[in-house]
Amino acid sequence: MAGSNPNAKPMNLTLKVWRQKNRISEGGIVDYKVKDISPDMSFLEMLDVLNEDLLRQGQEPVAFDHDCREGICGSCNLFINGRAHGPEQGTTTCQLHMRKFSDGDTITIEPWRASAFPLNKDLSVDRSAFDRIIQAGGYVSINTGGTPDANEIPIPKNIADRAFEAATCIGCGACVAACKNASAMLFVSAKVSQLALLPQGHVERKTRVENMVAQMDKEGFGACTNIGSCAAECPVGISLENIATLNQEFLSAKATSNNLA
Amino acid sequence: MSWITNTLTSSIGRKIVMATTGLFLCSFLLVHLLINLQLLRYDGGASFNFWAEFMGTNPIIRFMEIVLMLGFAVHIYQGLALAVKNKNARGAQGYVVNHSEQNSQWSSRNMALLGTLLLVFLIVHLMNFWIRSRFDAFGGLAMVKVPNLDHPVGDLYSVAAASFKIPWYVILYALAQIALGYHLWHGFRSGFQTLGLKHPKYTPAVYYTGYAFSVVVSVLFAIIPIIMFFDDQHQPRPATNQKVEQSLTEEPDILR
Repeated sequence: MAGSNPNAKPMNLTLKVWRQKNRISEGGIVDYKVKDISPDMSFLEMLDVLNEDLLRQGQEPVAFDHDCREGICGSCNLFINGRAHGPEQGTTTCQLHMRKFSDGDTITIEPWRASAFPLNKDLSVDRSAFDRIIQAGGYVSINTGGTPDANEIPIPKNIADRAFEAATCIGCGACVAACKNASAMLFVSAKVSQLALLPQGHVERKTRVENMVAQMDKEGFGACTNIGSCAAECPVGISLENIATLNQEFLSAKATSNNLA
Repeated sequence: MSWITNTLTSSIGRKIVMATTGLFLCSFLLVHLLINLQLLRYDGGASFNFWAEFMGTNPIIRFMEIVLMLGFAVHIYQGLALAVKNKNARGAQGYVVNHSEQNSQWSSRNMALLGTLLLVFLIVHLMNFWIRSRFDAFGGLAMVKVPNLDHPVGDLYSVAAASFKIPWYVILYALAQIALGYHLWHGFRSGFQTLGLKHPKYTPAVYYTGYAFSVVVSVLFAIIPIIMFFDDQHQPRPATNQKVEQSLTEEPDILR
């Protein structure tokens, strides 16, 4: 393989994969063996090998979500050996490489677990709850005109940096998966902070946080208890500070908005 | 529902309720601890009984006692309700393998368990001390004279000294303080985070204050019954089964 490490020895692994036919059927862990896995493969490529083996044997391949495989789309969502996106910090599953594992390892692969993320099939879950939270207020609907010239809207560098850091959230749901309470607070806080920090987001600042939090609660996510698992497992490093900002934004919006409900 | 109840029953509102009641209960712990430390003075309980009388009679404190009861009730109810809600949010099928110890602290993940242990201790503790000092029907207190006051006061010191000679009670008390320490380890800083008080300049100080607070408060609370268990100078006055006035200043030898 071009560019691969010639000294890397291929690995044989045992996989314990959650298999489930559909939303209502019973699921369970099924054991598989995969052979000759290159340490340079990504975790998803390793699963591709498994699926090719299964297809050759005439079996149903394992369903899992993936799209860009570049760590930016937030589609891949696997709970690997008891950790969201696996053992490596600051990566998505697609950016996790098999060199992080050793020959002979047993790897347990499960889907995200949250009642707000119903399971579609095998390792694939329905995360449209996140979409509905964004639809509830995660946007700017006022006319902000065309692309402004650089520095036309003065924004202090530190504010711009914080807004950008919050905006890097890819909505993968690792925060929900890792949280003991299956809380979506880190996701919502990133989306709220990002827009609350910038002038374009100020017009709808209060209604946005009120509506997004209401939708989050409606979807059945748990309540945050500041455990910090979310931030520790977040592939893009969204910090807990955003949740503190969300709490502030929510409280001040509730205290001062014209919304009487 | 009005906007106020809507706010307080939302997931963020509920955690704000947990934070404010929790931090308020921290302030109560500090007062309770300062008075408990009076138990360790070798004055036959005069200082402790003086402050116990103050806490039982001062109108502001009596009012705050009601606020405290409400604080406890809300914190306990909300905590248990949130634990149930959060458990349901995970769904019926949990993880087969979950290494949450690699991404968070044990105390943070077990606040409901720690809180439940504290609730059990609180009930035993209130039955032993508070109920009997407030209501004569539940035991009442013998009356003793203390310096600085011209009227006799309830001898809560003897209740404490007698209780802290019972091995299982001392063990329960000390174990409960371990649970308290872990509960505060997460709770103190978590309260500030919930109230949105997070700032790169002050948050490290909040963390260290919280950690110091949890260790110092729980260790001091735990050490008092242990000292009184082993120290022969701390003895309850002999039970008389009737309310007798005993003056400590006149009969110091009663302590032997």
